[in-house]
Amino acid sequence: MSPSSKDTTPDARRSEFGDRSSFEPRIIAFLCNWCTYAGADLAGTSRLQYPPNTRTIRVMCSGAVDPSLVLEAFRDGADGVLIGGCHPGDCHYQSGNYKTQKRVFLLKGLMRQLGIEEERLRLEWISAAEGAKFADTVREFTAQIRALGPLNAPATAESVH
Amino acid sequence: MTSDQMPMTKVGAVLVVGGGIGGVQSALDLADSGYKVYLVDRAPAIGGIMAMLDKTFPTNDCSMCILSPKLVAAGRHKDIELMTLTEVLGVEGEPGAFKVRLKRHARSVDLSKCTGCGDCLTKCPVKDLPNEFEGGLSKRRAIYRLYAQAVPNAPTIDRAHCMKFQKAKCGACQKTCKAGAIDYSQQDEEVVIDVGSVVVTAGSKVAPTSLRPEYGHGRYPNVVSSLEFERILSASGPFSGHVQRPSDGKAPKKIAWLQCVGSRDDSVERGYCSAMCCMYAVKEAVISREHMAEVQPTVFYMDMRSYGKDFDKYVDRAEKQYGVRLVRARVPEIREDAATRNLIVRYASDAGSFSEEFDMVVLSCGFVPPPELVDLGRRLDFELNKYGFAATDAWTPTATSKSGISVAGSFAQPMAIPETVTGASGAAASAGAILAEERGKLVAQVEAPAEQDVANAEPRVGVFVCHCGVNIGRVVRVPEVVEFARTLPNVVFAEENLYSCSGDAQERLKDRIREHKLNRVVVASCTPRTHEPLFQETLAQAGLNPHLFEMANIREQCSWTHSDQPDKATAKAKDLVEMAVAKARLLESLHTVSLPVTQKALVVGGGIAGMTSALTLAGEGFDVFLVERERELGGNARSIAKTIEGDDVQKHLKDLADRVTSHPRIKTFLGTQVRKVEGFVGNFRTTVRPSDASDSSDKSDVPLQHGVVVVATGAQYRTPTEYGYGQSPRIVTQKELEQALAGVKESRGQGVKGRALESSNPVILDSFRSVVMIQCVGSRDADRPYCSRICCTEAVKNALAIKELSPDADVYVLYRDIRTYGMREEYYRKAREKGVVFIRYSPEAKPDVRVTEGKPVITVNDPILGRPVELQPDLLVLSTGIVAQSGSEELAQMLKVPLNADGFFLEAHVKLRPVDFATEGIFTAGLCHFPKFIDEAAAQAEAAAGRAATILSKDTYEAEAVTAHVDEQLCSGCGICVPVCAYGAPGLIEKDGRTVSHVNEALCKGCGSCAAACPSGAMTHLGFRIDQTRAMLRAALKVKPEGLKDEAGKAAH
Repeated sequence: MSPSSKDTTPDARRSEFGDRSSFEPRIIAFLCNWCTYAGADLAGTSRLQYPPNTRTIRVMCSGAVDPSLVLEAFRDGADGVLIGGCHPGDCHYQSGNYKTQKRVFLLKGLMRQLGIEEERLRLEWISAAEGAKFADTVREFTAQIRALGPLNAPATAESVH
Repeated sequence: MTSDQMPMTKVGAVLVVGGGIGGVQSALDLADSGYKVYLVDRAPAIGGIMAMLDKTFPTNDCSMCILSPKLVAAGRHKDIELMTLTEVLGVEGEPGAFKVRLKRHARSVDLSKCTGCGDCLTKCPVKDLPNEFEGGLSKRRAIYRLYAQAVPNAPTIDRAHCMKFQKAKCGACQKTCKAGAIDYSQQDEEVVIDVGSVVVTAGSKVAPTSLRPEYGHGRYPNVVSSLEFERILSASGPFSGHVQRPSDGKAPKKIAWLQCVGSRDDSVERGYCSAMCCMYAVKEAVISREHMAEVQPTVFYMDMRSYGKDFDKYVDRAEKQYGVRLVRARVPEIREDAATRNLIVRYASDAGSFSEEFDMVVLSCGFVPPPELVDLGRRLDFELNKYGFAATDAWTPTATSKSGISVAGSFAQPMAIPETVTGASGAAASAGAILAEERGKLVAQVEAPAEQDVANAEPRVGVFVCHCGVNIGRVVRVPEVVEFARTLPNVVFAEENLYSCSGDAQERLKDRIREHKLNRVVVASCTPRTHEPLFQETLAQAGLNPHLFEMANIREQCSWTHSDQPDKATAKAKDLVEMAVAKARLLESLHTVSLPVTQKALVVGGGIAGMTSALTLAGEGFDVFLVERERELGGNARSIAKTIEGDDVQKHLKDLADRVTSHPRIKTFLGTQVRKVEGFVGNFRTTVRPSDASDSSDKSDVPLQHGVVVVATGAQYRTPTEYGYGQSPRIVTQKELEQALAGVKESRGQGVKGRALESSNPVILDSFRSVVMIQCVGSRDADRPYCSRICCTEAVKNALAIKELSPDADVYVLYRDIRTYGMREEYYRKAREKGVVFIRYSPEAKPDVRVTEGKPVITVNDPILGRPVELQPDLLVLSTGIVAQSGSEELAQMLKVPLNADGFFLEAHVKLRPVDFATEGIFTAGLCHFPKFIDEAAAQAEAAAGRAATILSKDTYEAEAVTAHVDEQLCSGCGICVPVCAYGAPGLIEKDGRTVSHVNEALCKGCGSCAAACPSGAMTHLGFRIDQTRAMLRAALKVKPEGLKDEAGKAAH
C-alpha cells in the first residue's frame, strides 16, 4: 500500500482537476444500481447541483463492492471513497447492504492501521427517491475530503520523483 | 352479443384497465405467460397512487424504489402496449372474443419522437397551474410530466390551459423541442381492440375531505389530506421532503392524524372500513419523526386496525421507539387560531374531554370508488355493490358478475398494496385460464441476426456521445469529448449524436457497427437504468451480443448536476467516457442459460388455498400434483359453517373437492407427506410418502417431477391454556361454538346442506341465554405478538348467529380493538344495533376468569363506567388465535425457504412479491403465510397459480445472463459464498475428488455479493468482473491500464 507504487506522476494524475496548488479531491463512488444510483439520477432530473469531484462506478449491489478495490482506490490516488446502498431492509437482493455495512466496518479498522483517515471511506444509505440526500452527501463529503487534504500528501508529492 | 353459429375464434390478448401497481402486475404476469396485453390508463403515465407514496408499511420501503423498476419493465415489455390518456367506452362480444371501444386523448406530444429530455418543460409561459400529482402544493406548467420517473416519460400538453390552444399563439415548446416531438395537430381518436378477456384494476380514490367539512380542509391551510402528506414527506415532493406547513413553510412540531375520514361513517354512506388507513397514518407519523426528531405525532383513532403480518410489531415500535402517541378518541371538529394558523382539536377519550393545539393536522382519508369508475363499471356491464365497488364473492374473489371480466385491487374494495398485487396476479390467472389455448399466438417474435464471435478478437470500441438536444451539449463540450474518446486505447470510432436514443440514431448505430467492425459499444448519454435495454436491443439487431455495451452517464450525473461548471463537467464527462471504454475493452459476450421446464406443478396442502391453486393451474392447462397430509381434502374450512356474509362454506367446500378429484389434470395424494425436495425452478424432483407408511424404508415413496411448488399448508387454531379452558364445559372456543350453532340450526331445519357439523359439546346447545366472548386469547401478547386477523369477525359472526337464534340473549364481547376491516365493518355495526355489548379491555388489565360451581365468572374493567364489572354468563367463548402449522419448519428446510419469527412462511417482498418466495419457482398461499379469511386465501391461491404460470407457460426457463461463475481451479471449497447468497444459488459439490462451489444459474440473481466475499478470487460476477471494475477505477484515477504503453506518463515526464 505504498503510495509510491503508482504508475504515473501526481501532475499527470491531477491534470483533469486543475493544478496542484488548488487541491481538488478525487472521490470514487460505488453506487448500487437500485437505490443510490437511482437517487443520483433523481438528483440530476431535479437539477440539484453538487461538486463534480466524484467518479461513479455502478454496481448491482453495494454488497458486490470488493473490499480490496476500496483499498486499491486509495492506493491509486483516490482521496475519498463513497459507497451508496439501499436503506436497511430495502436491499433489492434481500441482504446485500448488511454485508456492505460489515465490510465497511472492517475496512475502516484496516484503514486506521494503514494510516488512512477512516473518514475517507463513507457508507450512505440513499434511496431512489432521495435525490437531495445524494446531492447533500456528495457536497458534504467533498467538503470533508477537501478539509482533510490529499491522501498522504507529502509522500505522494515527493516519493515519485 | 354475437349470434353467429360459427365456432368462436378466441383472441390471445387481454385488456388491463388501470395502470397502477395492480394493473402493472397483471400486465406483466399476462405478458410473461404468453399473452398480448393492452394496458390502458386515463392518466398521462402509469403508476397510480403508489407512485405518489413516500414509503410503504410495515418495512418503510421507498415506494418509488420498488415501483419504478416494475413501471420500466411494463413500459419496455415487447408484449405490453401502453395506452395512456385512454379511457374505455364500451365492450361487446363474449368471453374469449371481446371488442372494446377506447378513446385515446391527444397528448400533443409524439411518443415515437419524444426523448423525455424535458427541455420543453422549462419554456412554457403558463407556470401557475396547480400540480394535481403534488396535491396542489406546487405548480406545474401547461406542458408537464406527471412525475419525474413517469412511464412513459414524455410530457403532455394540458390543452385547457395551453396558450397555443386557447389563444392560438405561443408555440414555445415546439420551438424548444429539438426532436420535433411537439404535435399540436394530434386529435382524440376512437379505436377498437380485440381481446379475449379483460382485467379491471382501475383502483379507487381517496375519500374527498368534503365528507367531513367540520375538519376544515381547504379552509385551513395546515389541514392536509393523507395523500398530500405523503407528497410532503417525499424527497421528490413539493417541499423536497422537508416537513413543513403549507401556510408559512415552518417546520411543524405537533402533528395530529385524524382517522376514519370517509370511513366507518354511515352518516356519509361510507359504512365500511378502508382497511389501510391505521397503518399508513402510523407510518406517516413514524416517517415524519425520522425526518425531524422534534416532531410529536399524535394519532386519534377508534380501533387500531393493525391486523396484517408484522403490523402490530410496527405499531408497537412506533409507540415505543418513535414516541408516536396513540389516542383512542373521535374528533368532532377542528378550529383554527387565525393568528398562528394552528389548529385546535377537541376530543373526548376515556380520560375526559380535552382541547389541544397542533401545528398541523393530517386527515386519514378512506377510499371510495370515484364516479368515473362507477361509470366504467356500467360501461363494462358488471355489477357494483351499494358503495360502487365491483361486486365479487369469497370463492372467486377476482371474478366480476360478467364472465370474462376480472377485477383486482381497490376497485373491488379498499385494500393495501400486497392484496392489490395478489389480486392482480390472481386476475391474470383467471384471464389467462379462458385463453389457455391461445397462449403464445399474439406475442411478438424477436428475430436477431446470428451473433458475432468476439472472444478472440482485438477490441474495436465505438463511442457515441450524445448532446441530448441541449441537455448535455449546453454544459459539456461534446465535440471535445468525442475528440478525447478517439485517443483512447482500442477506440476505432467516435462520433456525436443529437439524440442517441432516437430512431434514426439507432439505425445509424447499426450501420456504424457494420462499417467499422465495432465489437464493443460505449454510449455516453443518460442513465443506463432507463436506456441501456434500448441500446442493447440495437446491438443485438446488429449481430453483437448485448453485453458488449457500456454507458457513461453524462447527463443525470454530469451536465444536469454541474450545469454552471462547463470546464469541470467536460473534464468529468471525459473521465466517465474513459472509464466506460476501459471497462468496454474487457467486456465479453454473455448468454442467458435456457433450462428445460417440467410443465407441472406440485401443490402442498389440500385446503381451500391448495385446492383453488390446483384448480386454477389445471384450468390453465397444467398438470398438478396435489399432496394433502390428511385423509380428506378441506383443511380448516371443514369446521366453518358459514362466512359472515352468509355463504355456505360446506357446500362450497364439497363443490371444490369434487372438482379437484374429478379434474383430469389433477392427481391428488391424500394421507401423504412430502419427504424430500431436490432441484430448482423448472426442475424439481420431490419424493412423497404415505403418512402412515409403517417404516422409514422408501418402498412406498412416490417420486414426482415438476417445475414449480405452491406451498399451501395452512395453519391451526391454538388450543387455549388460559381463562379456565378445560375446567368447565361452559368454557369453549369460537370454533366449538360455531360447530354447535350449526348443529342447532340443523336440528331446527335451518341447517346447512352438505356435511353435517357435529356438536361435540351438548351443554352449549341450551346455553344461549347469556354469552361472554373474550378476544385476543393468546394473540397480541409477548408469546405471539401478532393479530390473528379473523377472530374479531368470527366473534361478530357468532354473536349475530346467537342473536338470531335468541334475540333476547345477552352477548358481551370483551375486546382490545375490533378489527372488522373492509366491508366486515357493517356486521360489527349490525351486532351493536342488535344489542351485542362490546367492552374494551387493555392488555395490562385482562379479564379475570374463575369457575364457580361449574360456571364461569368474569371480572373486567369497563372503561366507560370506569370500574370493574362482574359477568356470570352461561357460556364463555374464547377467541383463540391462529398459530403456524405443525411441520412448517421441516417443509421450509426441505424447500430452503424462510419462515418469519412467528413460524409463518416469509414471502420474497411483503409489498410487491406477496406470494413469491425469494427462491424462484416456489410460491405460497393461504394461512401458512398468515391468518386470513377465505376470500383472501382464495385470492392468494389464484395469485400463486398466476405467478406459477409465468414459469410453466414456457418449455424453457431463461436464467439471468449476469450471474456468478466459479473458476473451479481457484476454488478452495471453503463455502463462504453459500451463506452470503440470499437465493441459495451457490452450493458445494464434489468434483474430481475436490469440494468446489457451484452456482445454480437458475437461482442466481446476479447481485455479485458472493464474488465480493470470495477469498480466493474464484467467484466471478459476470458483467461486473473485478478486472473490469478495476479498469474503471484506474481509468478514473489515471493509472495506466495494464498492458498498454504509458504514453500519458511519458508526456508528463
